[in-house]
Amino acid sequence: LFSSPPQFRHSAIPLDFDISSPLTYGTPSSRVEGTPRSGVRGTPVRQRPDLGSVRKARQVDLHSDGLAEDVVATEQSLGQKLVIWGTDVNVASCKEKFQRFLQRFIDPLDKEGEDIGLDLNEPRYMQRLHEINMVGEPFLNINCDHLRSFDENLYRQLICYPQEVIPTFDMAANEIFFDRYPDSILEHQIQVRPYNALKTRNMRNLNPEDIDQLITISGMVIRSSQLIPEMQEAFFRCQVCAFTTRVEIDRGRIAEPSVCKNCNTTHSMALIHNRSMFSDKQMIKLQESPEDMPAGQTPHTVVLFAHNDLVDKVQPGDRVNVTGIYRAVPIRVNPRVSSVNSVYKTHIDVIHYRKTDSKRLHFVDEETEQKRFTEERVEMLKELSKKADIYERLAFALAPSIYEHEDIKKGILLQLFGGSRKDFTHTGRGHFRAEINILLCGDPGTSKSQLLQYVYNLVPRGQYTSGKGSSAVGLTAYVMKDPETRQLVLQTGALVLSDNGICCIDEFDKMNESTRSVLHEVMEQQTLSIAKAGIICQLNARTSILAAANPIESQWNPKKTTIENIQLPHTLLSRFDLIFLMLDPRDEAYDRRLARHLVSLYYQSEEKMEEEYMDMAVLRDYIAYARSYVNPRLGEEASQALIEAYVDMRKIGSGRGMVSAYPRQLESLIRLAEAHAKVRFSEKVETIDVEEAKCLHREALKQSATDPRTGIVDISILTTGMSATARKRKEELAQALRKLIQSKGKTPSLKYQQLLDDLRAQSDTAVTKEMFEEALRALADEDFLTVTGKTVRLL
Amino acid sequence: AQNVPNSDWEKKVTEYFKEKLKENNATNWVPSLNDVPVHYLKPNSLVKFRCMVQDMFDPEFYMGVYETVDPNTNARVLHFGKYRDVAECGPQQEIDLNSSQTVTSERQTFYCVPVPGESAWVKEISFLTEPVQARVSPSTSYTPSRHKRSYEEDEDMDLHPSKQKEQHLGSGGDIHGCVEPKRLETEASAGHHVISPNCSPPLDLNFPLPGEKGPACLVKVYENWESFKVNDVLEVFGVLSVDPVLSIVNSEERDSSTLDPMECMDTAEEQRVHSPPASLVPRIHVILAQKLQHINPLLPACLKEEESKTCEFVSNFMSELSPVRAELLGFLTHALLGDSLAAEYLILHLISTVYARRDVLPLGKFAVNLSGCPRNSAFTEHLYRLIQQLVPASYHLRMSIESMNHSRFIPHKDYTANRLVSGLLQLASNTSLVIDETQLEQGQLDTAGVHNVTALGNLITWQKVDYDFNYHRMEFPCNINVLITSEGRSLLPSDCQVHLQPQIIPPNMEEYMSSLLTAVLPSVLNKFRIYLSLLRLLDYSISDEVTKAVEEDFVEMRKNNPESVTADDLHKMLLVARFLSLSAGQTTLSRERWLRAKQLEALRKARLQQQQSVNGNEL
Repeated sequence: LFSSPPQFRHSAIPLDFDISSPLTYGTPSSRVEGTPRSGVRGTPVRQRPDLGSVRKARQVDLHSDGLAEDVVATEQSLGQKLVIWGTDVNVASCKEKFQRFLQRFIDPLDKEGEDIGLDLNEPRYMQRLHEINMVGEPFLNINCDHLRSFDENLYRQLICYPQEVIPTFDMAANEIFFDRYPDSILEHQIQVRPYNALKTRNMRNLNPEDIDQLITISGMVIRSSQLIPEMQEAFFRCQVCAFTTRVEIDRGRIAEPSVCKNCNTTHSMALIHNRSMFSDKQMIKLQESPEDMPAGQTPHTVVLFAHNDLVDKVQPGDRVNVTGIYRAVPIRVNPRVSSVNSVYKTHIDVIHYRKTDSKRLHFVDEETEQKRFTEERVEMLKELSKKADIYERLAFALAPSIYEHEDIKKGILLQLFGGSRKDFTHTGRGHFRAEINILLCGDPGTSKSQLLQYVYNLVPRGQYTSGKGSSAVGLTAYVMKDPETRQLVLQTGALVLSDNGICCIDEFDKMNESTRSVLHEVMEQQTLSIAKAGIICQLNARTSILAAANPIESQWNPKKTTIENIQLPHTLLSRFDLIFLMLDPRDEAYDRRLARHLVSLYYQSEEKMEEEYMDMAVLRDYIAYARSYVNPRLGEEASQALIEAYVDMRKIGSGRGMVSAYPRQLESLIRLAEAHAKVRFSEKVETIDVEEAKCLHREALKQSATDPRTGIVDISILTTGMSATARKRKEELAQALRKLIQSKGKTPSLKYQQLLDDLRAQSDTAVTKEMFEEALRALADEDFLTVTGKTVRLL
Repeated sequence: AQNVPNSDWEKKVTEYFKEKLKENNATNWVPSLNDVPVHYLKPNSLVKFRCMVQDMFDPEFYMGVYETVDPNTNARVLHFGKYRDVAECGPQQEIDLNSSQTVTSERQTFYCVPVPGESAWVKEISFLTEPVQARVSPSTSYTPSRHKRSYEEDEDMDLHPSKQKEQHLGSGGDIHGCVEPKRLETEASAGHHVISPNCSPPLDLNFPLPGEKGPACLVKVYENWESFKVNDVLEVFGVLSVDPVLSIVNSEERDSSTLDPMECMDTAEEQRVHSPPASLVPRIHVILAQKLQHINPLLPACLKEEESKTCEFVSNFMSELSPVRAELLGFLTHALLGDSLAAEYLILHLISTVYARRDVLPLGKFAVNLSGCPRNSAFTEHLYRLIQQLVPASYHLRMSIESMNHSRFIPHKDYTANRLVSGLLQLASNTSLVIDETQLEQGQLDTAGVHNVTALGNLITWQKVDYDFNYHRMEFPCNINVLITSEGRSLLPSDCQVHLQPQIIPPNMEEYMSSLLTAVLPSVLNKFRIYLSLLRLLDYSISDEVTKAVEEDFVEMRKNNPESVTADDLHKMLLVARFLSLSAGQTTLSRERWLRAKQLEALRKARLQQQQSVNGNEL
């Protein structure tokens, strides 16, 4: 392994001392055997292959630098002034500073520390050392952010000269540790692993200046190699006199001794594999995460080398944050060819892994989202949230190419924000759904698909499927055999993939029965149960569903109810918070506006569109910010308003003897009100939010739950699949039929057609065959009659 | 001071070449890798290459400045490493890898292939416009087997229709390979390398379309590489590097990789893909690279307003636009068996282009479904050949159960070889994709087939292709003109369905179509080509006044018949109006054009309705 900072000279940070002065140089040997002198009993040192071959003295060309050999001599006397060659790191002071950091660093606002059960008012890293003593895992993870806030200069040194500074840190940590716990015996000495270096977040920004520096990048593991045993120390034995010797690896090479030192026989030394020392190593390919990629380019990859216990820590497909040292290795000079390829090979020696999505299974991954906002951006978003018309403004910015349909856009906007997540597990009700589900139905060609596409493109974790093309398997999860490892793996489908996002399902009505049944669980419980090929599990699917359905007949029939038009089971429909109709309004003024809007699409300049595109980015950030930071709770007034609203809704129907609202509607209202509070960045749900929620809810009901026969909004259309009036009429008809039959006297059987004609003659409204059959069935249920073929028998 | 790279020097190089290439026709004097086989070009000379970015590799760090040492005398010399693959040093010298003078720099590698589906005439003409000297490589006595002729002379020859016919239709069944003898020579040499014994399986050059020929190239870009995207069409000027050492270095490495774990970062496949033999995949170190708006060699490469020459060209052409249009309409009418309405729509289709995207909606796409095509007379085959003669790049996709299930449509990432394996739908902007549905039979599509059909549908509706990256999909916007020929309504979505009403059914389709082509003068054919490429690049606007009129019209239409006129119809009418205006060279919508657009749409719809009722009666 080759590494030498001088060749990447321009990467060095300006040094604050005179390099040319011979006084400031020390040879690296002064720091290498840097193991604490105290308390080493029983705890061996272990090499750190992740830092490269630290043992190798740096090649200092004393002649060319004009330095005398007195460097070593001055070393002792200079003490404090000594720095490692090529850097500004002074071992002693660096060690001291780091020890101070370990002993003193306290961060009362440390969220991460709280999660793992540390006492925030005690020095964090001392607690970690205590933990090491208890658990015996000799690794100390250091958050570079902490170090930076504690000692800016030390942080800079760590970033620029990790290869020199980290061993010093090791030394410091071990000294403290064995001071405190002198009797502790670990597998090997503590190794410090810094993470979260803010140097680089994106693979694309890596450049030659980062070479040999400590960097943190995020990405996705795409491939990992088999374990590679890398020889650290070779063991040779002379075949003549059995003299043995050890040779350490030097830049990836073992220099085989050609002469036995003992008996002076040439070429008698043989390698003994069993007694050589090896360390584990693994090659991993990391690809940049799709979010970091500029549009229209292919992702970059970078090679990682993981050593020892970091081997096999990550699997292909994992999203990880990697902290390590960036290396560039020249392709080796070939003795037979004088010219060499001038390209370097680059890789990262991994020091620390941090999986970014392992947390996601239990909690929203705030880690990744938090970092995305700069302070100015947050300021800007907050400024925006104070605007009185922010709700309308955002709704307007949503899918500007789709004309009007303001209510639908508002609904979708609230869906994007979502309600507050509540946990009632301890009272036995589990989680309350915070996601808002929306169904759009309407005529074909009213840009429903376009709206879905827009939403899918807007949200980071969106999925788009079509009801026609998706099976239950595609939506949920399936088990497949990994071609590489021959391992059975669970492949997640659209619903699971859109956990914490939105799943857009087009052509909802074309979905087959079994697929749709999957949605029942997802839409209320927000989980997905799988029992397949021996894998039984419950996955989270906290996804909002935005579905679009076309009417069964090619056009929406205004004379029919929503259920009759789209032929979806009411059990499913009642799980949608909002159901909108997207109909083609037949209105001159509307047509006029629409025409103007469309014409403008066809000649507007690119720049003008750019402006709107900007808005999309702002909108995206606004939503992401609200989703991760704002978590509104119901205020007292708002609770009252909600209760009133619910009671009002119940009242409407009670006069006519029907139920006009169910607890589900109340839950929907709460969610909508919470989402609206989020739009305002408000931590408290207030009456105004309830008002807006009511407004929208009413509007959606008006569109979808109006009984076409009476013109009255009737919730039971959606909850039971039939309007109250329709049910009433059915009963009346059955009674009329019973009377008719009874009036016929004691005939044991009647002709079907005859009876229908009689009933028709008697009734003042039109009686269809279906209605008649339904009435017969109702009477049969009452054990009044039976129908066999074309005859009706009385019982 | 010397360890800081002299950036002035680097800027001056680019400046110098930029200036030099601006001089009259200087670009034509640079030999092109598209036309001249690699082995006839002098290594380390300036070449140009017209290509599409197929894949982007990881950036690489190289020795921008390095130092060599003579072990005997200890003399040190500094060298520049830019624009070359290999750090050279003299026989008595060694490279000092530990030198403090070394400067590491960064460059980006693109894997480029010739523009997929590039028509034969584009290759032909761009070859002929090059002056004689350029065609002859300075290093060898290579003379292309074709006679050196100037462009004018060539036109004269083209007056003889029989020869012309031979050229265009001689290749019979193979529609991709309308290749002249010269190109065959290139292929022969390429083919030779492929079969060479030390290279066990032939290297897949990763062309998007099957049966493509030509050199693939590793293009090394030194600046502004962020501005290029996958599928961009570029013209690059740079230093050709075919150093055989490259291949040696690779093979050496491969041998040692088994011994040394450090070197096995890359798999053997990755090695093969990322450093293929230079003889097969040459390297170009880019000095200048520019994105091309179009690849039509008959047009000035860069159509910018400032340049007086292009202005002149455009205005000259515009003055004779209407006769050209009329002639083109006539030509296409004959091609479409006498159906002038379909011909009109075909013109609109051929000049359509996605000019903007409004959130997810691509504007300006105009996918036409030509239904009612006669099935058994190879009509679509011949129609495609005519289109191929008109547009710079095209592909004929014959839909069949077999091809749907077994072809690779969507490019996908191969992580073992670390490259983007191309698919049929990885096409450059403004490529004409002619989909022939007439040959499709009933049958069962498998998973791959369903994915392929979905991808085609997405391409038509949203003008984007979701490339498969195994762990995720990535969306690549595209701009492809899709023409679907079918018997009934196509199963794929389209913006506009035109039902063909043939006026004549020629007994021998082949004869009819080829005679059609021979009847057109080559100079006229070239005008057609300019016409279609140029009009695509024009700007367009609608005045307030006309907006008002359109508004009124729409309201009126809705009043009379709200069922049949929807927002969708208005979309279509506006599209038709846009391209109709542009096809006449008008950059604003006039009232007359609007009415004409309405009229065309009405005619088209009436035809569809008529067709439906005919079908209804049959049932």
